Amino acid sequence: MSFFEVEEIRKNFGGLMAVDGVSFRVKQGEIFGLIGPNGSGKTTIFNLINQFYPLTSGDIRFQGKSLKGMKTHQIAKLGIGRTFQVVKPLKRMTVLENVMASAFVRVGTFEDARSVALETLEFCNLMDHRNKQARSLPIAGRKRLEIARALATRPQLLLLDETAAGLNPKELDEAINLILRIRDRGVTIIIVEHIMKVIMSISDRIHAINYGRTIAEGTPEEVANNREVIEAYLGESYA
Amino acid sequence: MKRRAVILGILVLFFVLFPWVIRSDYYQHLMILAFMWVVIGGAWNLLAGYTGQVSFGHAVFFGTGAYTAGLCVTKLGISAWWGMLFGGPAATLIGLFIGWVCFRLRGPYFALATIAAGEIFRLVAINWESLTEGMVGILIIQTFRAKWPYYYLAFFLAAASIFVFGRVMRSKWGFYFVSIREDQDAAESMGINTTLYKNVSLMISSFFTGLAGAFYMNYMAFIDPEVVFSLHYISIMAILVGIIGGVGTIWGPAVGAFVMVFLQETFRSAIFGLAPKWVSESHVLVFGLLVIFVILYLSNGIVGDWPKIQGLLGKGRKVRRLEERG
Repeated sequence: MSFFEVEEIRKNFGGLMAVDGVSFRVKQGEIFGLIGPNGSGKTTIFNLINQFYPLTSGDIRFQGKSLKGMKTHQIAKLGIGRTFQVVKPLKRMTVLENVMASAFVRVGTFEDARSVALETLEFCNLMDHRNKQARSLPIAGRKRLEIARALATRPQLLLLDETAAGLNPKELDEAINLILRIRDRGVTIIIVEHIMKVIMSISDRIHAINYGRTIAEGTPEEVANNREVIEAYLGESYA
Repeated sequence: MKRRAVILGILVLFFVLFPWVIRSDYYQHLMILAFMWVVIGGAWNLLAGYTGQVSFGHAVFFGTGAYTAGLCVTKLGISAWWGMLFGGPAATLIGLFIGWVCFRLRGPYFALATIAAGEIFRLVAINWESLTEGMVGILIIQTFRAKWPYYYLAFFLAAASIFVFGRVMRSKWGFYFVSIREDQDAAESMGINTTLYKNVSLMISSFFTGLAGAFYMNYMAFIDPEVVFSLHYISIMAILVGIIGGVGTIWGPAVGAFVMVFLQETFRSAIFGLAPKWVSESHVLVFGLLVIFVILYLSNGIVGDWPKIQGLLGKGRKVRRLEERG
């Protein structure tokens, strides 16, 4: 039994096969990168994992348990957290309240939720912003808030959807640092990312897809030198 | 914090002493109605203001509570005061049913469905004559001739509802409600069972609205479907109380209730008999203009935009200047 397993998943929207038979396994404690050109189906895979969309076929198992037919909130309770590519801050709540709301999923009282939230904000370098309304945060802060909110639910597996997009080089280094520190806490991470600097430097293994199909899997080096991957990203003449 | 306690203390003292100072039945009656609207407005606000599920159908719960109390007399032959016990739970049951049907819809579609629910209940109450007496209505005999027992009961209900809503909003439920309002998908992915907690919010909201309805039956001693199931007099009024006082604030609906009851009475009585009769018929128009004004200039209501109002009155400016210096 592997920690997390995606088996031959398919999803079609009408006639479009968005995900067409993708399989992969994620080991506990690793950072698993998911790459592919725009529209190749990466975010759809995330939406299938946390059951925003029902699977057309195939199966997804977390610690041996099938996620098929579960509700999104049940999956979060099971220990799979996620962030959104298009960030979804709870705008008219403060940063602290945002994180407290998700901390309540694990703890019962106001005080406990507050202390879990404060600890998480400290970890994500958001302490200075804690009393600001979430809508007043700049994009780098919003991305970190997404992560903080997911972490406060104490996930064992964290799905990061383009956490580094739109950040400047300094913020990028901070984001990489944060992701590594999350991994060091024992959280397994699946990361979707376009920025190669990020994905190549932190992933233990990478799974590349195009048009909803697997084209390569391996270490960052193997994938970077894979003919099909280069073709998908740069075109045939470079391959 | 201390200042708040003092203000609260003065307010409570004022309301407790009011019937002893102002002996007029008329003014006591207006206060009783305002207290009742504090309860309904607050209940509506919990669902619409905090949980983001805007209801145009709160008359359903109000009417259910009122008819529960009325039917205690006509069908069971017991006192209408039993309605204070059964009215809330009866409205909650209806709320669960409406939630089961309407929460499949989001945003404006949910709001539309609640209008439909309200109209269905009104029409059923009019036509199911064997149960409700139809348009004849239900008439009972008031227990007390004096206003003061009703006054204190209404005051207690208003205070209790504000206390309960305040407690709920500081708890886990409150955080979940606001999360659902802000982003249902994000809330769901944070592990919040959005369907369940929308229903929890609706249940609390319908309970208090039903309680207010049962009180109304006892106090007014007469109900008919066109009043207690009215879209205009109940459902829309609940929304106005919330919007004018301040959506998503604890004290907003309380302030809104007094403002709206005062305005409604001013126009109903054609500015206390000083203006020509047609003024009393224009109150719907005036409410419409009021909503436009509030949305344009006080989009967070009187309580939500209090700093802005203070600023207009000159007080806030000084404070701000001090802050800038500091």
